[in-house]
Amino acid sequence: MTHRNDRLIDVRGLARVEGEGAMHVRVRDGAVTDVRLEIYEPPRFFEAFLRGRRHTEPPDITARICGICPVAYQMSACAAIEDACGVTLPAGLADLRRLLYCGEWIESHVLHIYLLHAPDFLGYPSALHLARDRRDLVERGLALKKAGNDLVEVVGGRAVHPVNVRVGGFYRVPRPGDLAPLRERLRVALDQALDTVRWVAGFDFPDFHHDHEMLALVEPGRYAIERGVVATTGGLSFDVSRFEDHVVEEQVPHSTALHARLAGRGHYLTGPAARYTLSSRWLSPLAREAAAAAGLEDQCRNPYRSIVVRAVETVYAVEEAIRLIDSYEPPPIPAVTVPARAGVGRGATEAPRGTLFHRYELDADGLVTSARIVPPTSQNQAAVEDDLARFVAGRLDLTDEHLTAECEQAIRNYDPCISCATHFLDLHVDRG
Amino acid sequence: MTTLAVWKFASCDGCQLSLLDCEDELLILADRVRIAHFLEASREVLPGPYDVSLVEGSITTPADAARIEEIRAASGILVTLGACATAGGIQALRNNADVAEFASVVYARPDYLDVLATSTPIAAHVDVDYELHGCPIDKGQLLETLAALLAGRKPDLPAHSVCFDCKQRHHVCVVVARGEPCLGPVTRAGCGAICPALGRGCFGCFGPADSPNGAAEAALLRATGMSGEDIQRFYRTFNVSAYGAAAEEAS
Ligand code: SF4
Ligand code: SF4
Repeated sequence: MTHRNDRLIDVRGLARVEGEGAMHVRVRDGAVTDVRLEIYEPPRFFEAFLRGRRHTEPPDITARICGICPVAYQMSACAAIEDACGVTLPAGLADLRRLLYCGEWIESHVLHIYLLHAPDFLGYPSALHLARDRRDLVERGLALKKAGNDLVEVVGGRAVHPVNVRVGGFYRVPRPGDLAPLRERLRVALDQALDTVRWVAGFDFPDFHHDHEMLALVEPGRYAIERGVVATTGGLSFDVSRFEDHVVEEQVPHSTALHARLAGRGHYLTGPAARYTLSSRWLSPLAREAAAAAGLEDQCRNPYRSIVVRAVETVYAVEEAIRLIDSYEPPPIPAVTVPARAGVGRGATEAPRGTLFHRYELDADGLVTSARIVPPTSQNQAAVEDDLARFVAGRLDLTDEHLTAECEQAIRNYDPCISCATHFLDLHVDRG
Repeated sequence: MTTLAVWKFASCDGCQLSLLDCEDELLILADRVRIAHFLEASREVLPGPYDVSLVEGSITTPADAARIEEIRAASGILVTLGACATAGGIQALRNNADVAEFASVVYARPDYLDVLATSTPIAAHVDVDYELHGCPIDKGQLLETLAALLAGRKPDLPAHSVCFDCKQRHHVCVVVARGEPCLGPVTRAGCGAICPALGRGCFGCFGPADSPNGAAEAALLRATGMSGEDIQRFYRTFNVSAYGAAAEEAS
């Protein structure tokens, strides 16, 4: 057992997170003095090149920020631009958006549960290694993930970067006959999702709790996905139009990564656990039952249990998709007209990884003059680093290799989507 | 056993995700190849050389320009995935702009960045054996390519335009029927003409087909009422400079 008092642990090339990142931990005299979760994803400058594009373009363009949650980018962009242009979607089209979004929740959550996170709990380097011993489990995950992708494909036209979404609605709405086979698949998926909850509930969860303020959209009456007001566990509640009054991005001395904080309050956490903690009572009875049987209470403050929350949300998304298909009547027109006008619009939706905020400023011709995108990962970064510091402090007697693996697992609790973290920089500060 | 490595440069992960999205084929593939490097899927990293490397993303930093050379040297066959890797991707929109100004819009301390002024395709740096186009790539083309390479033959990848696929699938032409601007006549097939099927004009995510007729496309786009600026923007999104001459003739 190596137990050095001073050491620097560098994990380059974090595996099984979307995008690439690095983590730095510095220990001095047996105490953790610095923790950095660092993204070395090269910047792609979306907010810069959105300027000068037409108000119809951001949904397709911002989808390319992340291949894992393109629908979230499309939905937040549409919401913000429609807000700028003073347009509200009729109920039928709004429901269709929610249906599409359910597909993304399913495929993205299942990708994370089965391919990225569960192998950690079971001691495998990947799901492909797990499949050598338990092929049935991995096959179940892939089938469930496929149901989500099929849903995105049928409603969105393509699984990655859907082509059917536009400001104001869709290019073409599905015929009820297009959705019928999907419904059959989703019935099977529901059982697979329930089995997934039972499976992950049996994992061994380290005893670890945080007390961060949590933030998510809330829509009283139903579980928030594609709209809602912003609420926090600290009792804040505000309209999306006031997001920037409450959430400030700061540059911290140890890193160039911008950290989002709640003005006057500090760091916070967004994501599945935050959604669950703020809205568990709005889950469907079946999803609530599954959560209770899995040992979740009304709140979830152990980041390791986020995998259970993802599984419960998958159950909810599958059920919700079935419900939306059952009540589906093709809207009379696929999209409402969204006439350009000068203005500022803001929109936020619940990406699988948490609240995703967009703001656009348009000129009278409908050209974008400025854009701002606040992805979940940059909102979470300060809280994650805080957790990691406490986490590492309790594990300093582990070997570097072992600690590295444990830190990777801990980071994956938050499912950081690093390619989406448009504000993260690769800077190494040598503090000697 | 054939060793397969997957590498990422500046990108959205959508193309490598397309491999994980092959839900029905993934485990069969994993039985036949040794996945030696695929950070999105596995912690296990095996040393090279690698028989086949799949490369996603474009080159945007000095460090990445060096890294792709190492990957090329360690790879038997190198296949590039998607518009980022084959044409610089959407991030190549910086190529016609001032990257320092771009950086200052997004970052409070742009001086900390170490980025190149351009986003360039992999083939601008090293030899590439096969290119899969699209933003994202098509799963079917990816599987065809992997199957072909495992069998030791050349992958069958089309070079004709989206229009051919549209006709073959009996889609109504969106230009003729609805006056929608469409890049289908000059865009490479591979997606299955999914946009026209929805009544939407192709916006060129697969990049140019072989020998596109730029003059004819120019007339078509102008007839839908687009201005020269609109046309420029239409061409310059997902495959920013790839359309080259076709874009010039059109605007
Ligand atoms: S080509 Fe498109 S889908 Fe593929 S990595 Fe680049 S942005 Fe993503
Ligand atoms: S029709 Fe054109 S824009 Fe649409 S997916 Fe195919 S190549 Fe891409």
